[in-house]
Amino acid sequence: MVAATPSTISVTLRVWRQAGPDQPGRFVDYAAKDLSPNMSFLEMLDVVNDELTLKGEEPIAFAHDCREGICGTCSCMINGKPHGPGHGIATCQTYVRSFADGDTIVVEPFRARAFPLVKDLVIDRSAFDRIIQAGGFISVRTGAAPDANSIPVPKADADLAMDAAACIGCGACVAACKNASAMLFVAAKVSQLGLLPQGQPERDQRVLAMVGTMDALGFGNCTNQYECSAACPKSISHDFIARMNRDYLKASVRTALKPASAGGGGAG
Amino acid sequence: MNLASSIFGSSLGRKILMAVTGVILTGFIIGHLVGNLQIFSEPDHINGYGAFLHQLGPLLWVARLGLLACAVIHIWAAAVLSRENLTARGVAYGVKHTIQATLSSRLMRWSGVVVLAFLLYHLAHFTLGFTQVASFKESLPRYVLGGDYRVAGFLAVKSGTEVLDVYNMVILGFQKPVVAIFYVIAVGLLSLHLVHGADSLFQTLGWRSEKWAGALRKVVIVCCTAYFLLNLAIPGAVLLGKLHPRDAAPVAVRR
Repeated sequence: MVAATPSTISVTLRVWRQAGPDQPGRFVDYAAKDLSPNMSFLEMLDVVNDELTLKGEEPIAFAHDCREGICGTCSCMINGKPHGPGHGIATCQTYVRSFADGDTIVVEPFRARAFPLVKDLVIDRSAFDRIIQAGGFISVRTGAAPDANSIPVPKADADLAMDAAACIGCGACVAACKNASAMLFVAAKVSQLGLLPQGQPERDQRVLAMVGTMDALGFGNCTNQYECSAACPKSISHDFIARMNRDYLKASVRTALKPASAGGGGAG
Repeated sequence: MNLASSIFGSSLGRKILMAVTGVILTGFIIGHLVGNLQIFSEPDHINGYGAFLHQLGPLLWVARLGLLACAVIHIWAAAVLSRENLTARGVAYGVKHTIQATLSSRLMRWSGVVVLAFLLYHLAHFTLGFTQVASFKESLPRYVLGGDYRVAGFLAVKSGTEVLDVYNMVILGFQKPVVAIFYVIAVGLLSLHLVHGADSLFQTLGWRSEKWAGALRKVVIVCCTAYFLLNLAIPGAVLLGKLHPRDAAPVAVRR
């Protein structure tokens, strides 16, 4: 028998409030009363914000966009777990019914030195963009669309690449990692392209550049605890981290030993 | 980029260094354990083994310096990576929650530090003789081998050779409960360190995948448990009175 869901749920939200990057921050308690169990977590914040606005207080700043789990914008640490208690879902897919009536829910921003806080629950994740800029691309001939299937891709490789490509860049992996490491994100992006024939020309250069940028941005290092994949709203496997480690070692050796062109004939 | 900078200068490279040096050090401690287990046999065995190792001369020093280099690299990489890890979060979370990280993985830093402290004590105890001076092998009467000590069938140390009495040193050393219990605790933490370390090295070197990760974990846990129990056996047997020091001086010398 399914336990009856109460008709309404009331909770206390303990939310991190911080007016700006250089301002002091603190937890503030808000009562969220008589919520529909089927509201999403973000809708609950909307309701609280409506009340705050009516009272003339500053609403809670939080990042959100698609509200259907595909954009990676929402980023709340809910009771110490990125995106809340569920598995394989984003904050926007977490519902009020996941909590019990009377619960106190602690809501914090994702914390990492590489993700500076902007305001309240909003963080700046442009560090991820810089990692992508370092190597998350392929070179293609532009112009007319190529014929379908002109480059054969084994089905297993395509499926695996798609698993990696499911990454929405939300940063939950960094938030959950004890070391604020970005390894799962970088591994997903490296693998997504490295698994496909189109990604081969830049494969070595890509992994070296993306890992180098990740290090330079001040993310921590992987200690193989796999908190990242457990927190990932797309359930991306840490197998991709092993894959990236292998790729990195191979790329390091190949780059060091590969003969350089003498720069002679052929031009013209 | 040259190979040295991509290995020593990057996070992934330093993790690879930790994995590779970890494998070498693990190989050493397994060999060390197998050698030590000869204490359950006649004193000829472990004393002959000790003499054989010392006979290696320059080779012994090559091995010692190689292991020292591995330990230094392992500790250096751990220190650099840990310092980065401790600063990477910035502001701590109000709620600290662990989803599924194992106990051994969360204790790596602490188990590593205790194992290092133990290693230094162990060297001071049985290699250098700074502690328990009276029962150190150099202070004890020499032992005369009752039979040939052979390694892989080849004669290593001849019968009748006067050698250091490792057998008595170890047993007399472990008769102090405080010392024996410290060994057991340290080896327990070393085994716990190995549970995460041995599992992790496959991930770091890129060989692990979910297809066989479960089997790997089971093998690692069985091996580490066996490693702990076999190590426990030596101080355990001394404390329980199952291993006794042989007579202080063999009859052959007295005559």
